[in-house]
Amino acid sequence: MTEAADYSIFVARGEDGLSQMSLAIDGIDCAACIADIEDGVKSLPGVVRARLNYSTHRLAVAWSAEASASDVVGKLEQLGYRAHPFTGRVEEEEARRAQWLLRCLGVAGFAMMNIMLLSISVWSGNVSDITPETRDFFHWISALIALPAAAYAGQPFFQSAIRAIRSGKLNMDVPITIGVSLALGISVFETAMSRPEAYFDSAIMLLFFLLAGRYLDHEARRRTRAVAGNVAALRGEMAHRLEPDGTPVRVPVQALKPGDLILVAPGERLGADGVVASGRSCVDESLVTGETLPRELTVGATVYAGSLNGDGALHVTVTAGGQNTLVDDVQRLLDGALAARGAYVRLADRVARLYAPVVHLTALVSMIGWLIAGADLHFAVMIAVAVLIITCPCALALAVPAVQVTATGRLFRAGLLINAGDLLERLATVDTVVFDKTGTLTLPEPALRLPPGADPALVGLAGRLALSSRHPLSRALAAHADGGALPDVAEVPGQGVRAVVDGAEARLGSLAFCAAPVPEDLPADVSLIAFRHGARAVVIGVQQALRPDAVAVVAALKARGLDVRILSGDRADAVAPVAAALGITEVAAGLKPADKIAALEALKAQGHKVLMVGDGLNDAPALAAATVSLSPATGAAVTQAHADAVFLGRRLAPVLATVDGARVAARLMRQNLGIAVVYNLIAVPLAIGGIVTPLVAALAMSGSSILVTVNALRAARPGRKDEAIDANHLKEAVA
Amino acid sequence: MNVLVFLIPMALLLGLLGLAGFLWSLKSGQYDDLDGAAVRILNDDDVKT
Repeated sequence: MTEAADYSIFVARGEDGLSQMSLAIDGIDCAACIADIEDGVKSLPGVVRARLNYSTHRLAVAWSAEASASDVVGKLEQLGYRAHPFTGRVEEEEARRAQWLLRCLGVAGFAMMNIMLLSISVWSGNVSDITPETRDFFHWISALIALPAAAYAGQPFFQSAIRAIRSGKLNMDVPITIGVSLALGISVFETAMSRPEAYFDSAIMLLFFLLAGRYLDHEARRRTRAVAGNVAALRGEMAHRLEPDGTPVRVPVQALKPGDLILVAPGERLGADGVVASGRSCVDESLVTGETLPRELTVGATVYAGSLNGDGALHVTVTAGGQNTLVDDVQRLLDGALAARGAYVRLADRVARLYAPVVHLTALVSMIGWLIAGADLHFAVMIAVAVLIITCPCALALAVPAVQVTATGRLFRAGLLINAGDLLERLATVDTVVFDKTGTLTLPEPALRLPPGADPALVGLAGRLALSSRHPLSRALAAHADGGALPDVAEVPGQGVRAVVDGAEARLGSLAFCAAPVPEDLPADVSLIAFRHGARAVVIGVQQALRPDAVAVVAALKARGLDVRILSGDRADAVAPVAAALGITEVAAGLKPADKIAALEALKAQGHKVLMVGDGLNDAPALAAATVSLSPATGAAVTQAHADAVFLGRRLAPVLATVDGARVAARLMRQNLGIAVVYNLIAVPLAIGGIVTPLVAALAMSGSSILVTVNALRAARPGRKDEAIDANHLKEAVA
Repeated sequence: MNVLVFLIPMALLLGLLGLAGFLWSLKSGQYDDLDGAAVRILNDDDVKT
């Protein structure tokens, strides 16, 4: 690529005076690629550092004055890797948080092991011959380890609890914080009083388990965002900006500003909203509005980012550039819809709201009860404390996150990238699934519809000719090429391309250009392209194709008792055949973004919980309005940013896997909460009765935690038999 | 029981050593690219061709 490209907005200046940049790299599939890329980039003059992260497929490069960003990208392209720079400020922030959680986890782990060492000595000593002096000594050492360790490793919980209380709410971190501080405080008091009970081990173990859950959860989401970020970056959102002297420069779309003039080549995607300054063409706005028929453009027409340019070159004056490539009203709708969703409360926090007051009240009541029964004040206080410690929400706090971590891992393997932490809980309540049509039920790229008896060799030749055309319809055909591009291809603007093959002229383009007859009884959603080679001609239909497993997935969703519907922005006669093929009767077509929101609101008003699956820019507000939203990785970047999860690949199966995974996860969460409640029902009366020994407390607490964790691991497997059978059916349907 | 005077500080010291080692490995970025570390070992970059 000889064209100049300006990547300056991605380049950061480091403290050592070097320019630094991060790139997402596509095409890394083996160990040898690492050396290939790093050595290749380092061989450029001026490049000082190049380090590839194999897990995230990111390359960090630093260079001095001699090199430039476009040199690096060019070198990578020359090596055979697609690369695109990106800025990852959010990701850096998250990476720092992950490190912090891991540091806390390390500290908690160290403290836990050393306190256990002492505690087990005390426990065995208590039933044999330990002297009170040795026991107190051990307890003091435990305190010495536990207090600073808890102060450090407990920060993630303490901070979150303080934030929650400040905003007048209760979340799960509040009882955790109270439990840990109480257990530690009482243990210090007990030790000072030279009593045999101390709970340093329980408090630190609780912190360790919770931190492990937090870290794994955070890591799963960070990985999701890294993959999604790469997908977005590698879409190569570049635009040709025309400099004042008329030379085009390739710039990332983020660098576009209102007033810039950009050149949009035929077949190129628009990088910004704008107004056509000169040129004639048509645009495919299926990603923006869902409409599959191209729209004719003339000077002064408004165009939107994400549209695919047809067969003419355009000069477009940018009206909204950079990050604001969205149409204003889409953004406004989005804000409203997002605010409405904020009302959802997580299951764990709902439990915490109930749990915290109940526990504290029970402790208070048992203290008063013992006082009335004639016990002295010290004994009554100790009973209240025992109740608080025994209910120290170890199992309860682990119940939900442990399931979440396991289920998230399972969905990740199924090809689902999760954006929202509470996706599973919300998804489990869903009873209605709403699909967008274009790009969601159908594949993002159109497929060929060959006439019966078409000669494969002729179609193959047409494909080779199509390689030289940039018309959107040609791209579907080009996939069927049986050889390389043909030499000396001439393009006839607005009509097609032609070349001479084996002494006869070959033409590809409109029916008139190829003098081909118009076929009869065509479905409404087919676009036609003709090919003539000498005397032989073929008319090929290009049509939106369903995802390979769409029929099976929709059937399986219905079998789960879900109400499946279609809300499409496309014309009714284009939606009808798709709906008929899938057996969906509830269909609405020709909807604007606001209509989609209205339709969803109507469903929600009837008490339905809606899962929205959509990819287009026009779906973004609807996704935000739905209870839960999914988006394919091929969707518009904005849409993905507002979807709760993004699924990869050409198949629809991840949608089904998500629904199943969420249902299993929700069931296990409820079971786990049940286990925690049963544990409390047994342990609390013992504590109130004043017959809890440290050994019983330790066994009960770790026992319930282990039970809950093991139960959570079941979320990694398919839940019921029918789900496993469906999975097999889907594999067969695709094969 | 006098032996405890040596043993407990020693146990703590060893534990702290492990913790310091972990924090160091974390700080030097050894957990940033777990998959990469597994395959980098296969690179023959010390063999000059």
